[in-house]
Amino acid sequence: MLLDDKSVYLMRLGDNALVLSQRLSEWCGKGPAFEEDMALTNTALDLIGQARMWLSYAGEVEGRGRDEDALAFRRDSHEFTNLLLVEQPNGDYAHTLVRQFFFDVWHQLVLDALMRSSDDRIADIAAKAIKEVAYHLRRSSDLVVRLGDGSAESRRRMQDAVDELWMYTGEMFNADETEELLGAQGLACDPSTLKDAWLAMVSEVFAEATLTLPEGEWMQKGGKQGRHGEHLGLLLAEMQFLQRAYPGATW
Amino acid sequence: MGDLRERSERVWGWLADVPDPEIPVISIVDLGIVREVNWHDEPAGAVCEVVITPTYSGCPATEVIGRSIEEALRERGVERVRLESRIAPAWTTDWLTSEGRRKLSEYGIAPPARRADGRQVIDISGLRRRTVDDAPAACPHCGSTHTEPISRHGSTPCKALHRCLDCREPFDYFKCH
Repeated sequence: MLLDDKSVYLMRLGDNALVLSQRLSEWCGKGPAFEEDMALTNTALDLIGQARMWLSYAGEVEGRGRDEDALAFRRDSHEFTNLLLVEQPNGDYAHTLVRQFFFDVWHQLVLDALMRSSDDRIADIAAKAIKEVAYHLRRSSDLVVRLGDGSAESRRRMQDAVDELWMYTGEMFNADETEELLGAQGLACDPSTLKDAWLAMVSEVFAEATLTLPEGEWMQKGGKQGRHGEHLGLLLAEMQFLQRAYPGATW
Repeated sequence: MGDLRERSERVWGWLADVPDPEIPVISIVDLGIVREVNWHDEPAGAVCEVVITPTYSGCPATEVIGRSIEEALRERGVERVRLESRIAPAWTTDWLTSEGRRKLSEYGIAPPARRADGRQVIDISGLRRRTVDDAPAACPHCGSTHTEPISRHGSTPCKALHRCLDCREPFDYFKCH
């Protein structure tokens, strides 16, 4: 059923933006420097705006009366379809930054492809979001170079973060039936087609950052199918608390 | 129709008095977010439709702007207002009016130093190169272009923080977008 596939796909895009936005928001007021605090929260703000556009559309296509808020605040962990990468805890600043960089490169490639979607609204949202994501990517790749090719301490932390987060990158390029189907119709992007470009960009930045690309090939997967680690549940507990405790609360 | 056009122009004039909530020195028309004003004669009476486009996806000012538009028109006796939000083509700082750029500068915010030219296709390989970065912002205090960025993000999504290397003053820069 095409409509189901389409809403599933839109929800994935929305969930990625929403969950990463929530993670970044955890840094609010705690950033290592004032400039970084502003950068993290501004990036979170862009992503929450993008999440709203994707989830609103997902809810409309789904046709079950769920709006963006219902989708964000009244689904459980197993119904979230974000990539495992974006739910990983903030860790130290290197983890936050490497997670952001891996995602930004991928996000940019996906949106670039979606700008050519046969679905006008998908293309419009992608064209708007990519301008913001270009800015995210410029900052994260710049910082990866500065901290990778920085002090011995910053380099060690960056390499540790790269090694630990690497196993969450494979999932970004595993196309499932939904993506294959919608990709073939020109509506969505088959993510397996993005892998070479992603790797080329990451390798180029890592070379400049004196970081080593891990060789491990074993990858985690399941986020898109709703199989998450414990971290997502804890994130949602905090994010959804108010609407769960006081359903429909507004101010 | 002549009457409708005249009425639309009057509305444009009123909207030019509606300030941006975060940078009140410029109006929402200066900012380029009012895209169209259309009057529709409907059985229940004339409806004034205002088409606006959000700046940044998550900018919290967008909702305030919608309310400000409705209030401004109601105050002038327009009873039926319809707001339409349109995301395509995506908002760009190229739509800032020259009047808006002048007001920003006078207020102490450097306007975008180059045109975005609605570039929708982005060259990924060149993205992180500083060569594609903005041309130097002109210091709104002394006019020098001998300036450097301090922070890529500022107090609102649309601004960055720069400093002047001649007069040494820090200043807000309205990012090219």
